Amino acid sequence: MNYFKLFNLPAKFDLDLTELGSRYLKLQKQFHPDQHSSGSERDKLLAVQQTANINDAYHSLKQPLLRAEHLLALRGLKISHEQRSFTDPLFLMQQMELREQLAEIEQSADPDAVIADIERQLQQQKKQLLQQLASALDTETAEQDQLAADLIRKLKFFFKLQQELELIEQQLQD
Amino acid sequence: MLLQIAEPGQSAAPHQHKLAAGIDLGTTNSLVATVRSGEAKTLVNSQGRDMLPSVVRYSADSVVVGDAAMAAAVNDAENTIVSVKRLMGKGYNETLALKDKVPYQLIDQQGLVAINTVQGVKNPVEVSAEILATLANTASETLGGELNGVVITVPAYFDDAQRQATKDAAKLAGLTVMRLLNEPTAAALAYGLDSGQEGVIAVYDLGGGTFDISILRLRRGVFEVLATGGDSALGGDDFDHAIVSYLQQQTGEAELSHQAMRQYLTTARNIKEQLTGSDTVSFSLPVAGSQFSGTLSKAEFEQLIAPLVKKTIRACRQVLRDAGLTSDDIVKVVMVGGSTRVPLVRSEVAAFFATEPLTSIDPDKVVAIGAAIQANVLVGNKAEGDTLLLDVIPLSLGLETMGGLTEKIIPRNTVIPVARAQEFTTFKDGQTAMALHVVQGERELVEDCRSLARFELRGIPPLPAGGAHIRVTFQVDADGLLSVTAQEKSTGVQANIQVKPSYGLSDDQVATMLKGSMQYARQDMQLRLLREQQVEAERVLEAVSQALKADAALLSAQELTTIKQALTTLASVKQGDDTAAIKAAIEHTNTLTDDFAARRMDKSIRSALTGHNVDEV
Repeated sequence: MNYFKLFNLPAKFDLDLTELGSRYLKLQKQFHPDQHSSGSERDKLLAVQQTANINDAYHSLKQPLLRAEHLLALRGLKISHEQRSFTDPLFLMQQMELREQLAEIEQSADPDAVIADIERQLQQQKKQLLQQLASALDTETAEQDQLAADLIRKLKFFFKLQQELELIEQQLQD
Repeated sequence: MLLQIAEPGQSAAPHQHKLAAGIDLGTTNSLVATVRSGEAKTLVNSQGRDMLPSVVRYSADSVVVGDAAMAAAVNDAENTIVSVKRLMGKGYNETLALKDKVPYQLIDQQGLVAINTVQGVKNPVEVSAEILATLANTASETLGGELNGVVITVPAYFDDAQRQATKDAAKLAGLTVMRLLNEPTAAALAYGLDSGQEGVIAVYDLGGGTFDISILRLRRGVFEVLATGGDSALGGDDFDHAIVSYLQQQTGEAELSHQAMRQYLTTARNIKEQLTGSDTVSFSLPVAGSQFSGTLSKAEFEQLIAPLVKKTIRACRQVLRDAGLTSDDIVKVVMVGGSTRVPLVRSEVAAFFATEPLTSIDPDKVVAIGAAIQANVLVGNKAEGDTLLLDVIPLSLGLETMGGLTEKIIPRNTVIPVARAQEFTTFKDGQTAMALHVVQGERELVEDCRSLARFELRGIPPLPAGGAHIRVTFQVDADGLLSVTAQEKSTGVQANIQVKPSYGLSDDQVATMLKGSMQYARQDMQLRLLREQQVEAERVLEAVSQALKADAALLSAQELTTIKQALTTLASVKQGDDTAAIKAAIEHTNTLTDDFAARRMDKSIRSALTGHNVDEV
């Protein structure tokens, strides 16, 4: 299923999220089961399936990583099913360093400052990679699509680190 | 799809006013409300009361519900079921802690909890059905006709099994449930917070025996439950007990007889209620042949209950933390439950959230009123406004994987309805069956989550190991209820699914209970099935006729003729009393119009988005 088509939006990575949100609500208002609670059984079931589709499509387009994956899937490149290890030594080094910094937060004299610092690094890296991803996806060549897939895999690491950072922050607060 | 497609604010066809009610099925009390002349109000029974104690008494030859049942609670405690809501959707093993606290006998009915009464074994679904039937009866008598549909409220944290049990109870009571609505959402609806309000609101619900705090986000008419918390063993009853202890200190009566205890409790309740208006209350209790007179000031009372109120505030802090918010983020606080009338509760809540809580609607009725408002919309009496209740799933759904770990399929707080597919493959040559264990909860280990159901897929075409790819789709509907379908991908064979709910009744069991219930003798049962099919036939006829009126242009001349023929047949079969023939005619019409439905769906998506062209983005 082409999620962009469902919302009648161009299949591009650079998406107007406000516009997506307003189209999402329009479709929800049309198809939500609450609008069809006195309809026939078949219509009710169809309403549930259709809104489930709409919810899924919105969920996937809203988040940049899922949106990029969906774009690649539409171009015939599936990411979740391929296993490739990283050969970029620079990236691996950087990941290890960040992990070490995470592990040292608790022992540091000023954990809040360390957290803020790591957060800044993560944000910066994510921003950079997302920009690269946007331009790779814009080109629409097989080679650039492969590059985009690589970038998505890298970004996943950063999102994971971000989550772990938030968890540590929460534990420190408690 | 033949969904009735109408311009916003305009219904597809002129409808006569339909009868709908909202039901607050509570632990201690239940209420029914409806919208009349544009105003939502609770309905009173023949005794002039709108609060129905959620109590059911079984005697040898009758069943009574409400005040009359409660009056018997002292003398016939083992046949008088109170607080049945705590047992809904629970396994016997999960209720062991309650065993010593309830005066009736809990028993193990194939893993499920049930109650032994003088009328035999009753399960919580049957007991709740009695309460629902009583409320529906009050509504039908007041409104002068059968209800077309009801909305029933459930706590936001209710899991799939508890929601399903509530729906089963309604079915057993002969009610059509249009929606299960979360209690805090209902309370917010009652205050009209769906229109105009943006931001995060808190719903503080302090009942007789339970405390719930929910954090909701309202955004462009969309309701989202962000987090829920509370204490299932803290409520206004604890306030009464705190006063009783004080009274005992005053009178010097350390040990109270059963009867004296009741008297102290009644006195305590009176004092509590009077202290909402006055600063000092005097009381009088019998002590060793004479009367003891004393007073209790508001300040003293507040000192007594302060630790209890503090406990609720701690829970508020906790739930805000869960939602990743602070009290500054809360724009409105809605008060629910009779115990929120206590001034100290109001002032502490106001201080914590730094905003004056909403109290203008009776806190005992606010949930039922919200449910009535939604029921009125859903039954079709009110043109759709801009409100859209997008609920989220309160707990993650997952599958058991190797080593007793859970793999999350649908994370909590995902907007429902939702469908997620997962692919599985066979690991043996010629394997034709496969078992899945679905759990609900946030923890990593299966044993820490709640078991929902075990599914057995059968009829997988025999292929070499790894050859069959089974796509299993988990679908959660707008009520938060799960259904599962499975299909083998290469052959398209639909796998047969046997569902074994861990803490619920199977469809067959519900059907058996329906047949067995006194309300439906065999003849009634047949008649009811016939009526159901006739109503469904009417809905299909109405939907297809509307669809033809709007979109006949989407059909070829031949398709149009075939569909019209099917409609004529359906209309004439509907007049008869052959249930199976009506069912077949409905299915025939549905099959014939499937394509038409798909074309209309595409068209309506396009029309919903007109004025929004790709170019303009």
